[in-house]
Amino acid sequence: MSPEAKGQTNGKDAKDMQEFKLTVASSPHVRCNETIPKIMWNVVAALVPAAAFGVYYFGVNALVNIIVAIVSAVVFEFLWEKLMHKRVTIKDGSAVITGLLLAMCCPPSLPWWMSIIGSFLAIVVCKQAMGGLGYNIFNPAHVGRAGLMVSWPIAMTTWTQLNGTVIDGVAGATPLNVFKHGGVDALFNLFGTNDWGSIYQSLFFGFRNGSLGETSTVLLILGGLWLIYKGYINWQVPVIMIATVGVLMGAFYGVNVAIFEMMAGGLIIGAFFMATDMVTAPITLKGQMIFALGCGLITVLIRTLGGYPEGVCYSILLMNTLTPLIDRLVKPTVFGAVKKGAK
Amino acid sequence: MNLWKVFTRGIIEENPYFVLALSLCPGLAVTTSIVNGLTMGCTVWFVITANNTVVSIIHKLINKKVRIPVYITCIATIVTCVQLFLQAFAPDLYKALGVYLDLVVVFAIILARAESVASKNGVVVSFLDGMGMGIGFTIAMFLISFVREILGNGTFFGIPVFGPSYQPALIMALPPGAFMLIGFIMAGFKIWNEHVERQRQLKGSEG
Repeated sequence: MSPEAKGQTNGKDAKDMQEFKLTVASSPHVRCNETIPKIMWNVVAALVPAAAFGVYYFGVNALVNIIVAIVSAVVFEFLWEKLMHKRVTIKDGSAVITGLLLAMCCPPSLPWWMSIIGSFLAIVVCKQAMGGLGYNIFNPAHVGRAGLMVSWPIAMTTWTQLNGTVIDGVAGATPLNVFKHGGVDALFNLFGTNDWGSIYQSLFFGFRNGSLGETSTVLLILGGLWLIYKGYINWQVPVIMIATVGVLMGAFYGVNVAIFEMMAGGLIIGAFFMATDMVTAPITLKGQMIFALGCGLITVLIRTLGGYPEGVCYSILLMNTLTPLIDRLVKPTVFGAVKKGAK
Repeated sequence: MNLWKVFTRGIIEENPYFVLALSLCPGLAVTTSIVNGLTMGCTVWFVITANNTVVSIIHKLINKKVRIPVYITCIATIVTCVQLFLQAFAPDLYKALGVYLDLVVVFAIILARAESVASKNGVVVSFLDGMGMGIGFTIAMFLISFVREILGNGTFFGIPVFGPSYQPALIMALPPGAFMLIGFIMAGFKIWNEHVERQRQLKGSEG
């Protein structure tokens, strides 16, 4: 169910009713207590641990980026809705999520003013110009990231060097980038060990280079489990997406690399928080599973054959374009209606 | 027909680029710098005016069934003249515009004005329509290239405006940035035109 529909069934917000024409069937009605703000603030809560770890690990600039991205996203949403004489929806938390996710999938060393431009691309260009929450075709945070990536490729691929648990501020590369250009040996070199177990440990707890909020696999998975427990996302989506990457990478490079690839880059945060976006992913579970499969497939293609070391962002954006087609493909038959082929 | 209106409608009310939305490709391709954008605009301005005039003179002699090839031949002739002119007097610009100068031949806006105005009206009306549409197109090219050069390159007519520390937003120099920009300017034109239309209706109901 889309967030709008959930807001509607609650029926508390009378203003919502003015914007959507609803056909109200005769009673009995199923009531549910979910509202857009409730879902959105739960997602924020699920993201906060990983973001907090990013701040702890990468330092003050990470915190500055998170705050700037969130505040500017909310301000852009507010200004646009005032300007267009629309109902101001900044309290529903969707702009906060967009800002937070944007900061979390950008490098922690990003100049703060780039975060503002990323928020502009995400909120104004991607979300509000399409009609606001529920009408955007693409995941706003990833559009912001993709726009920044095109505009300032150097700033967007400058990573803070990891050195044990101490940050010394030297520019370095992400594990994925190192693996792509140097293979397994370069990877061992980066972590200073040739024991896969300790590499997994670094990746699992997040002691590695990468975007601000994508490093800590365990905290992201805990946040994702919370959303699954609350019933906001289907567990099949992240599982299929991550498993697709694991299986295909395993077929290419063997089991060790497959486990590494599943935890590296933005795959975990993308699979749990981006590919499950209620607005830009297909509506039915079957559709969402096809969507997740496609995301995993494109991620592997970009990681192995493409020009970029990481492909999660582009894979989700590409699959977003296919969402309407997937929805049409798996459209369930109306209850009681006769199937097409039957006589 | 009000001749002044024929002339001015192409500038804002029926701007060929932002309202009629014809010939969008040059706005993506050649508007990375103001000089290129203006050259493209002026080229189209000249071609559309000259072609409208020629077609309005000869349209009675043409068999209706072969009119499109004849129009295209006219346009191609005029474009070739412009190309030779630019090659002789502004070889740098000629190189910068490259293949897009040849493509002026198939710009939808030129054929559309020939078909919808020049082949049905006299010389004066066709000439004024071509002038107005050409000015509208040139303004569009200038607006797009102005924003794209400043944001995407940090310069205005090649002069740096932000100082050396400015990091240009490459997306504005690439087609996606141009697409977004065109969308927002189009929205602006639509808001303005609706505003004007409402004022006109208010006046009409009062009078």
